[in-house]
Amino acid sequence: MSLIATLARLEAVERGRAQPLATVRHRRVSERPLVFVPMTTAGEAGAPLGALVGTDPEEPRLLVVAQPRDRDLRSAFLAELADVVLPYLDGFGDEVEHVERKETDAETGKRVTVEVELCADAPQLIVPSRAGVEFVRLLGRSMRFRRTAEQDPDTPYPAPPRVPLLGRWLTHYGERARVPGSSLLLAATDLLNRHWATGQSSLEDQHLGALLAWIEADDGPDGGSGAEAALRAELGRDREGMLLCPPAGPATDPVFDNRRLAPAMERYDRARQLLATAEDGGSADERLGELHRAEREIRRLVADQMRPTWSAVWRTVELMRALPEGSRVEDRWTRDRWSFTAHRDRVRAGEPPQPRRDDAVTAAQKLAARETAQAQLEAQEALDDPLVLAGRRLAGEAFLSEVIDVEMAWSESKRPSPRPLVTVRTDDRPHLGERVKVFRSLEGRPQTAEFVRYEGEGTLVLRVMDRMGRAKDPAEGSVPAKGDRIAWTLFEHDQRGGPKLPDPEETPWTHGGPPRTDTAEIPDLVTPEDLL
Amino acid sequence: MTPSPAAPFSSATAPVSAVPDSVVPDSTAPFDPAAEAARATAGILADTLHGSARGVVVDSPPGAGKSTLVVRAALELAAAGRPLMVVAQTNAQVDDLVLRLAEKEPGLPVGRLHSNDSDPYDKALDELDNVRKSAKAGDLAGLDVVISTAAKWAHVQGVEPWGHAIVDEAYQMRSDALLAVAGLFERALFVGDPGQLDPFSVVGAEQWAGLSYDPSASAVSTLLAHNPELPQHRLPVSWRLPASAAPLVSDAFYPYTPFRSGTGDGDRRLSFGVPSDGSGPDRVLDEAAASGWGLLELPARHTPRTDPEAVRAVALVVRRLLDRGGAAMSERSEEAVPLTADRIAVGTAHRDQASAVRAALADLGVTGVTVDTANRLQGREYDVTVVLHPLSGRPDATAFHLETGRLCVLASRHRHACIVVCRAGVGELLDEHPSTEPVQLGVTVKFPDGWEANHAVLAHLAEHRVHWRP
Repeated sequence: MSLIATLARLEAVERGRAQPLATVRHRRVSERPLVFVPMTTAGEAGAPLGALVGTDPEEPRLLVVAQPRDRDLRSAFLAELADVVLPYLDGFGDEVEHVERKETDAETGKRVTVEVELCADAPQLIVPSRAGVEFVRLLGRSMRFRRTAEQDPDTPYPAPPRVPLLGRWLTHYGERARVPGSSLLLAATDLLNRHWATGQSSLEDQHLGALLAWIEADDGPDGGSGAEAALRAELGRDREGMLLCPPAGPATDPVFDNRRLAPAMERYDRARQLLATAEDGGSADERLGELHRAEREIRRLVADQMRPTWSAVWRTVELMRALPEGSRVEDRWTRDRWSFTAHRDRVRAGEPPQPRRDDAVTAAQKLAARETAQAQLEAQEALDDPLVLAGRRLAGEAFLSEVIDVEMAWSESKRPSPRPLVTVRTDDRPHLGERVKVFRSLEGRPQTAEFVRYEGEGTLVLRVMDRMGRAKDPAEGSVPAKGDRIAWTLFEHDQRGGPKLPDPEETPWTHGGPPRTDTAEIPDLVTPEDLL
Repeated sequence: MTPSPAAPFSSATAPVSAVPDSVVPDSTAPFDPAAEAARATAGILADTLHGSARGVVVDSPPGAGKSTLVVRAALELAAAGRPLMVVAQTNAQVDDLVLRLAEKEPGLPVGRLHSNDSDPYDKALDELDNVRKSAKAGDLAGLDVVISTAAKWAHVQGVEPWGHAIVDEAYQMRSDALLAVAGLFERALFVGDPGQLDPFSVVGAEQWAGLSYDPSASAVSTLLAHNPELPQHRLPVSWRLPASAAPLVSDAFYPYTPFRSGTGDGDRRLSFGVPSDGSGPDRVLDEAAASGWGLLELPARHTPRTDPEAVRAVALVVRRLLDRGGAAMSERSEEAVPLTADRIAVGTAHRDQASAVRAALADLGVTGVTVDTANRLQGREYDVTVVLHPLSGRPDATAFHLETGRLCVLASRHRHACIVVCRAGVGELLDEHPSTEPVQLGVTVKFPDGWEANHAVLAHLAEHRVHWRP
């Protein structure tokens, strides 16, 4: 944790209220996000219990699996989920803009300009917490390899038609969420934690209810109100022992499981059994009515557990919308749009689902892309937001300065280029050493300078190195002028892309050679441990 | 089936069968470091020049003559007429190798492939007649040896592959960096120190943990996971570490691959012209001069990273080290050599700590002393090092601060003595923070873990402790 974040947390404890870590919003919040609040069954990995999902805060679609151990009911749940999510995703696929892009021509190997489609906007999924993001990945993994009856008439448990497709989309969103600064799939807790510091531990910050309690606490004289509200959100129970603020899931509260859900499911199971053994039409009708009542009861119970989280996520969305968007967020959202468009194209081209594991080259490419995105995100947030910049200044990685003198100088080469010496005064204490490079943003592009020397306390000399044009005299406006106030950073603003990696078919011997394609991937063998 | 992930629980540092038994010396025969080292080197060169395997891996403990080995192997490969590319990790390492090659064999045509940045290589290279420098690999084609960083090599395309490569500091190279350059060579000699800092990534890479080609793992672990039959050697003698340090570093960080010091007790001596003034820094200097180790322990306290008292204590120790006219006596010369600023280094865990120490040294009028983080001190050598303990003053022990390699680098840079400055209470801190990293299936378990190694070093330092209240 950075020093400024620690200070903000201390201040939050003292004031009893969360303190801002940012003055602008650093993530895109879509105008029409799809909020997805999933719940899972305790002790059954990958068995969803229910979900609230939808784009309208007033009208969530309620999906409940009355008996999660029943494979058919689970399938029906996934089919219903696909019915909600896929039309939402599809709704963004056709509104496109045409942009030009450089591509390498497959035949000639030359760089050519091609016109390609870029979706004008991208669908956005918001889940309550990181565990929710993980659950999206799990759902994606469990669905994308399923076979429908159409694909394979012999498959023992055919998936409903659109389920594998939903699995591919959820996998894509889960994977994209690993890219720093991306906004296709967001966790509400991550959004809030990026923009506010609370007075609780970072572990407690994963509790959406407690986190919102700190942020929404009244700024009154009675300090400590945030802490109390957070504690109530975390631990408070009603007279019957139920949590006042049910967990944001996907895991459920064990007390709820034991006292409410288990008896209700038992009633449901019994009603189903009775219905199956009904002997005549009259008793069957009665028993069917009993089954419906039991099912309605489970739906009510699960909905009651999810509804507070549903509204908490929408309150998060409102809180985020109240902050103005950082100016470089658009740039990162465009990358998200590219990501969405590229996956849309893969789906439309009929490509197979994402493989179970990345091959060596894909893994290396993803890692490199994420490292670039991380460095870029850190730089862009600091450039967008004076409060974030303050944190970097405190860490000695940036400084605010006023120009007090500019002296023209030129490089010692045959064609001298301008290398003006700029003397600046600063109250910050950057970690400067000999020839350390510093950067400032000039019309949105970085300009480099080199540290030359200190001239007494707080006064230092920089040599501007680039972006002054090709002429002997610098272009107008490209050299700092006396009196200018400039924020310099010791970190670069842009990131160079990594090197080109070999094609997967040319994976070298050090990395196991090319991936084998002659054998289809077979499922894991069943071991004795799988059969309890 | 796709290639299966690396076999779990096969320790990369476990005893290696390819190493001759003679490395663990016969208790009856006297240990002859030069002979042992020569035997190991001969084996490595034989496998490299005449072996049939595509790769040879050499593990080298701190100061075991890794650079000397690289230079020698390069010269022999060049002499055998095999076009050679050398991959190092930093520009400083590349320049250093070029200078060493030129010193040994001034007539050898060497290419220095460099970046397009301004001032991309050491100006000293301009003095060398047979070193050609270029930012384009094509310009250097046909030279006996071409040297560059892994990052620069990764951008080289469309050239005829080299017959042979030497990959230096291979344990610090990431698997994805090797992936980018491995297409450039047919066969390679991989040299590195498994005990130093592992490569890292600034973003999470857990999703690939356990895959044999995890891009965030070290190049050597990927290489060996896919090619387990490659011959592995190790250098058995540390020429840098004195007799007082080699046993501790070997036991604490290389428990399954022990090494010995090339020098014996009393071969290295450190003395001061000015007697002690009785202060904490002077007492710890005397302790370190006598025993090779010193621990200056400040009162227990939780502090920010740049603990002003500890930083000042580090600076004072350096100041006194210079003021007291230190002289270092070693096997290198008959005469004692004065201990000058360039022979001293200060090591820290974080960059802000390093810059705080630099500022404190400047306040005391000290210049010319190297102050850097463990990451940047890797591969460097000094007479005396002063270390700010990574766990000093901390309320918690994170995986970063517990990392085995970090402590190993800090504790193995010196030829004579190492002085550690630390707040009291690190032992208790360790006991309160056992390693809690999640276990990943298929990931090679590294021994020892940082917790264990920290305790081992701490127990040894406790014997050389000087309490001081600034």
